[in-house]
Amino acid sequence: MKRTFFRQILAISVLVGSAFAVPAVYAADEAPDALIKRLSSEVLETIKNDKAIRGGDMAKVIALVDSRIMPNVNFQRMTASAVGPAWRQATPEQQKRLQEEFKTLLVRTYAGALAQVSDQSVNMKPLRSAPEDKEVLVRSEIKGGGEAIQLDYRLEKTPGQGAGWRIYNLNVLGVWLVETYRSQFASEINAKGIDGLISTLTERNKANDKKA
Amino acid sequence: MNVQFATRLGSLLLVALLQACTTVTYKDPRDPMESWNRSVFSFNDSVDRAVVKPVATAYQQVLPHWVRTGIGNFFNNLDDVWSFVNNALQLRGQYTADSFGRVMVNSTMGLGGILDIASEMGMERHSANFGLTLGRWGVGPGPFVVLPLLGSSTLRDTLALPIDRQGNLVNAVADVQARDALTILNVIDLRASYLRAGDVIDGAALDRYSFTRDAYLQRRRNQVYDGNPPDEDIMSGDSRLAPVPAAPTAPASAPY
Repeated sequence: MKRTFFRQILAISVLVGSAFAVPAVYAADEAPDALIKRLSSEVLETIKNDKAIRGGDMAKVIALVDSRIMPNVNFQRMTASAVGPAWRQATPEQQKRLQEEFKTLLVRTYAGALAQVSDQSVNMKPLRSAPEDKEVLVRSEIKGGGEAIQLDYRLEKTPGQGAGWRIYNLNVLGVWLVETYRSQFASEINAKGIDGLISTLTERNKANDKKA
Repeated sequence: MNVQFATRLGSLLLVALLQACTTVTYKDPRDPMESWNRSVFSFNDSVDRAVVKPVATAYQQVLPHWVRTGIGNFFNNLDDVWSFVNNALQLRGQYTADSFGRVMVNSTMGLGGILDIASEMGMERHSANFGLTLGRWGVGPGPFVVLPLLGSSTLRDTLALPIDRQGNLVNAVADVQARDALTILNVIDLRASYLRAGDVIDGAALDRYSFTRDAYLQRRRNQVYDGNPPDEDIMSGDSRLAPVPAAPTAPASAPY
C-alpha cells in the first residue's frame, strides 16, 4: 500500500518534471516532419519563382540543392549503407571520394526532375513516432494532377541538443534510393574493388557532364 | 501479317539472345534467371533504341502538348475501368470509389476520357492490375522476369498478364485494324511519357539492368502494401547496425 503511494508520487513528480523539461528540448529541435514540410515548401517555392531553374539551369539547381537540402542530409551514412560492408574496409580517403562522386551523381541526375516542378504542392502524412525515437519515417506526397507522387524520408536524430534531424534515405514512388544502389555497388566492388567503384562513378559523372 | 511479324521478331530475339551471353558474378536471390533476363533486357533495349524511342521522340516533338495530354487521358480512362475492378477485388473502398467516380466523370463530362475532369475535382488515380490483386491476397512475386518487348515483370505478374489483357478495353475493340492502331498509339504515348524518366535512369544507373530490376521489385512490393510495406531488416537502410549478408535481399521465398 505504502509502496503504491510512493510510486504514484514518483510518477507525478516525473510527469511534472518532464512537463518543464520537454518544451525546453523541443524548442531547440524542430520536429522531423516539420523539417521536411519546411524544406519541401521552401524548395518548391524557390523553383516556382526562379525562371532560370525551370529553364533547366543546372548550375542554379545544384546551388539550390547544395545550400538548402544537403545541410539536412547525412550523406556519409547514405553512402555507407549503399556501399555496404565494404565501407568499413575503405580508407578515409576512399570514403571521401566515394561520397563526393556519389553526391555528384545523385545531384546531377535528380536535379533534372526538380526543374520540372510547376504547380505541385506537398501534403504531409501523419507521423507515427514516439518522442524518444532516434530514427523516424516521414511520409509525404506531391500532388498536382493525376496520381499523387509518394515521397518518404528516413531521418535520424543528430546526437546533442538542438542539432536537429538529418535525412539518410529517400523513397520516391516506393523505391528507396539507397537500396537501388546497393546491388550495383556490390557487384562493382566484387569485380573491381573499392577503387574500381570510385573510378566507375567518376567516369559516369564525366559522361553525364558531357551530355548536359 | 501478324504471323510474319511474330516470326521475324522471334528470329531477332534468338539472335540477340545468342549474342548476349553474360556471366553474372553477383547473385541476387530474387533473380535466379539473371543471365537469361539480361539477354532479354538487352534485346528489348535494342528494339527500343532502333524503333520505339525514335518514334516516341518524334511523337513528342510533332504533336502539341494538349493533344498528347488528351491521348494520354483517353488511355488512362480505359485503364481506370480495370483499376476499378481490381481495387474492388482488393477491397480498397476509397480507391474503388475514386476509380468508379473517375470513369463516370471523365467518360461523360470529360468527353470520353479526353479531359481529366476528375483529377481537377480531387478524385485521385489509383492504378491497379491483376498482379497487384494477387499480391494483395498473399501471392508472392516469385522470381524476377524480363519479358520480351514488355519488360520488367515477376512470375506472378506474368501469370496475371492474360487476365489483365482481358481487362484492357482496347482489346475489346472488334475491328482488328482499329485495335492494332489503338494498341500502337497506346505504346507510343506511354513511351513518350517515360522519355525523361529514361534519361534519368541513363544518367543515374551504373548498371541499368540491376537498377531497373531493384526499382521495379521495390515499387511492386510498395504497391501491394499500398505505399506502406512492412520493414525488412535490409530495408532499414543502415548497414552499420545490421550486418549485411553477401546477398542484399530477403530470400525469394518470403512472400511480399
